[in-house]
Amino acid sequence: MVNYIWVGMTIIGLVFAAINGTMDDVNEAVFKGAQEAVTLCIGLISILVFWLGMMRIAETAGLLDKLSNLFRPLISKLFPDIPAGHPAMGYILSNMMANVFGLGNAATPLGIKAMEELKRLNGGKDSASRSMVTFLAINTSSITLIPTTVIAIRITYDSAAPTEIVGTTLIATCISTVAGITIDRYFYYRRSRKG
Amino acid sequence: MTDIFIIEEAEKDDRLMQIISLISLWFIPVLIGFILLYGTLKKVPTYETFVEGGKEGIKMAVSIIPFLVGMMVAISIFRASGALDFMVDFIRPGLEKVGIPADIIPLAIIRPISGNAALGMTSDLIATHGPDSFIGRLASTLQGSTDTTFYVLTVYFGAVGIKKMGDALKVGLLADIAGFIAAIVVVTIMFA
Repeated sequence: MVNYIWVGMTIIGLVFAAINGTMDDVNEAVFKGAQEAVTLCIGLISILVFWLGMMRIAETAGLLDKLSNLFRPLISKLFPDIPAGHPAMGYILSNMMANVFGLGNAATPLGIKAMEELKRLNGGKDSASRSMVTFLAINTSSITLIPTTVIAIRITYDSAAPTEIVGTTLIATCISTVAGITIDRYFYYRRSRKG
Repeated sequence: MTDIFIIEEAEKDDRLMQIISLISLWFIPVLIGFILLYGTLKKVPTYETFVEGGKEGIKMAVSIIPFLVGMMVAISIFRASGALDFMVDFIRPGLEKVGIPADIIPLAIIRPISGNAALGMTSDLIATHGPDSFIGRLASTLQGSTDTTFYVLTVYFGAVGIKKMGDALKVGLLADIAGFIAAIVVVTIMFA
């Protein structure tokens, strides 16, 4: 599916450029896009190194285990495939926490670590497991408590009440998370009925 | 009467804002301090452990590069060629009939694809319509309540080498649509 979307976006773009006469922009976009991606990854190094270092301390000290023990009932309901006490739980939980507090920077390394553990749990296969799909569904519709960036933009443009969207954002994000989990469950049952 | 009410509202909002910015300001430093102290108490060789964990970060960041380059070039071509604008114009009439404001549609479509572009659009909508307009509030809510699905998928799966994504993309995009509808409904109920 990714292959088709990837090729589709590129080819449709190229055909459009040919019709619209926007080949100039497309030429520029190829190099700009590539550059932006590398810049983003280089920027990620600092954050990844720092937070993975901190999390290794937290893991070694047993903090992650404590965290996953605390929320075990919830997590084992959401991820029935993860055995109790598996390190994936701790990472999934810290990733969710980071997202809730709007720490996108800290959330990414934790999410990748969680994925790594889930892959190990799945026997190192290169296909997505049930838990991985669930984890991504929760992540992309991530519950946000404080949308810091948006509040900052609203302040910049002299909003009379910059924080008034905190409530609506929280409700919308909760609904989308519940919807994400429900949709994920639906697809899982459809898959398991087929195979 | 109304003047006093407005002032009180503003003050309340100010205090809330102060609390929120205080939390955002203190959260990370407190977390760092807590992890370090807890580790020391548990006799973890903190510095060595930090370095060991950090090394992994370098490998990870480098391994994501090809995935992001591939995805972002395709998205850039799609945007620069005008195909994205065309798609937005094509879907617009149908969505307007259902009562979805036309101005918000490009943002809704961009949001799962490109985080930077979405942030730019949100700023632009807020600047044009004002932060306290219906569109401004809707754009703010939309920006805050969903994430860049394509980016999360590319980075998370790319970093650990998952090639077959299964239903992940479908589920993610459907959840985005649900979030979008939820944002419109909630903002309409609360502010309209």
